[in-house]
Amino acid sequence: MLKKLFSVLALVTSASVLAAGGENIHLDKAPINLHDKESLQRGAKMFQNYCLGCHQMEYQRYSRTFRDLGIPDEVGMKELAFTANKVGDYIKNAAPKADLAKWFGAPPPDLTNVARVRGPDWIYTYLRSFYVDPTRPFGVNNEVFPLVGMPHVLQELQGIPYKKHETQMVDGESKEVYVGIVADGSGELSPEEYDRAVADLVNYLEYTGEPSKLESHSLGIKVMIFLFIFFILAFLLKKEYWKDVH
Amino acid sequence: MFKNFMNWIEYRMPFMEKMNLHVMQYPAPKNFNFWYFFGSLAMLVLVNQILTGIWLTMNFEPSAERAFASVEYIMRDVDYGWLLRYMHSTGASAFFVVVYLHMFRGMMYGSYQKPRELLWIFGMLIFLVLMAEAFMGYLLPWGQMSFWGAQVIISIFGVIPGIGDDLTLWIRGDYVISGVTLNRFFALHVIALPLVLVILVFLHIIALHEVGSNNPDGIDVKVPNEGQKFENNVSEKFTFHEYFTKGGKKIIVDAIPFHPYYTVKDIVGVVGFLIIFCAVIFFAPEGGGFFLEPPNFEPANPMKTPAHIAPVWYFTPFYAILRAIPDQLWGAVAMFAAIILLALLPWLDRCKVRSVRYRSTLHKLNLANFVISFSVLGVLGVLPATPTYTLFAQIASFAYFAFFGLLWWYSKNEKTKPLPVRLS
Repeated sequence: MLKKLFSVLALVTSASVLAAGGENIHLDKAPINLHDKESLQRGAKMFQNYCLGCHQMEYQRYSRTFRDLGIPDEVGMKELAFTANKVGDYIKNAAPKADLAKWFGAPPPDLTNVARVRGPDWIYTYLRSFYVDPTRPFGVNNEVFPLVGMPHVLQELQGIPYKKHETQMVDGESKEVYVGIVADGSGELSPEEYDRAVADLVNYLEYTGEPSKLESHSLGIKVMIFLFIFFILAFLLKKEYWKDVH
Repeated sequence: MFKNFMNWIEYRMPFMEKMNLHVMQYPAPKNFNFWYFFGSLAMLVLVNQILTGIWLTMNFEPSAERAFASVEYIMRDVDYGWLLRYMHSTGASAFFVVVYLHMFRGMMYGSYQKPRELLWIFGMLIFLVLMAEAFMGYLLPWGQMSFWGAQVIISIFGVIPGIGDDLTLWIRGDYVISGVTLNRFFALHVIALPLVLVILVFLHIIALHEVGSNNPDGIDVKVPNEGQKFENNVSEKFTFHEYFTKGGKKIIVDAIPFHPYYTVKDIVGVVGFLIIFCAVIFFAPEGGGFFLEPPNFEPANPMKTPAHIAPVWYFTPFYAILRAIPDQLWGAVAMFAAIILLALLPWLDRCKVRSVRYRSTLHKLNLANFVISFSVLGVLGVLPATPTYTLFAQIASFAYFAFFGLLWWYSKNEKTKPLPVRLS
């Protein structure tokens, strides 16, 4: 009776998890690692150089980023925090918000929690899915986020990305098939380097979404070990007392 | 010295006397199984919610401008603020997990039957207040799901004919959900409802100790003394409070003192629970997007509706019933009826045998029907209402209500198995 009930519950929960998957766009898995400090530092630098012009991190302080990423405050203030006065400042820009909204059609969202809203895989795929589309105001469109208002700010790194089609035989007919987005080679980075750079940025965004993650996993392991030992002792204590009953 | 002190106290307030009555000399059936952990666990989670809630309140700012930012402040700048917040947010979901299992235990073993009807009613009131408490707490982080989830749930009250619109206005305190709503929900969430909850829990336990715990066999452990003998009665080894023996008028059979036997056993349950609870807190605080929903990491924006609005998972079975019925008013009526019917179980179930162990196959199947329909409704409440899913939800809603109707029908003359004299 009990076993059957549990198997039913297990089925139901797994079905609900599958169903929560949602959208149909294929997302590439972001190759990120929160313990890779150098990747996080490169990501922070990319954020400061390419994102901060329009986007902010209203809830994250420079001091927190520096401490968690192992950057001395003086170095950080000189190399990363161009616009900040104090190390305790939030990571903000001086851009006029109302104008930004007018220029891009929508205000650029705050990016502190973007990895928790969208998920790292979404951002990783999104930043690698811009392609040339002359019908759009900034000349680019995006596969993951069609008609997005954001220009392709990483174009100098990636080069100019085109949608690539190939002639393939489908059901005995030759057809033009879309195979992916390919840059023209004018960027500063090779395709592999570009993917790596985007992954660094995503890694940093994943970190800012939940800085406590750096701490929580190591603390969590200690708590779990304590609880397992406590469980054994509690169980033995119970057994000892219940000798009277059985 | 210590003894004198205790005597001084005892003379003015019978502390040890009450401890004996409710803890050390309180007879609890010896055959409690896994399902009997969830009462003490619900209490543990309540304490967790109150304590973490107090510390969260120290840094939370209940205003539309600052609520979201202050939660992020707690997450980043308050020492162990993230831990407090995750304990509280995971605790909310854990509360419903343990309460649902606790209620199901009562349904399985007929714990709502005479003489425990009032105990069951207090439990149902706790469940109602808990839903209100959770709903108001969910608005406080002022994320997108907080805002739009509250929008949907408050609008349910709008379907009441005549007073609906005025009622929603009265609840919100504004024409839309705003900082005014947030402020009053904060007041209710941190003061009013927790007070009510604690009082109801107190009454729940007083009512429990008056009639005594039921058990998996559903038979009494306090029997009238007619001079009969009980072989190997473990209860003879212990002293029980004379309130329960009624000066020898009752014999206690197969029961043991709550302390130390069930205190040490509940510690095992507590630690087992904490292992799962902490695994979520430290390694998966979002609970797969069910405990903390991704859109809620974006501040509330009245101008932008999220792609898919769903209430938090613990409301979804009732939400699915609401949506299953095409007419809004009748949908709301059905949703409230789904809860009220649970409260009426002591009178819907007319069988004299309590435990599912000794009841008919039909009852076992019907109880399985309840579990399945409730779970299916829970899943469907999370999903968007496509025509197919709505059809499923209608079938599951029908099955849910059929449980109560069938129970009332067959329980009158149910063919039950013979009850044992002693606990197994």
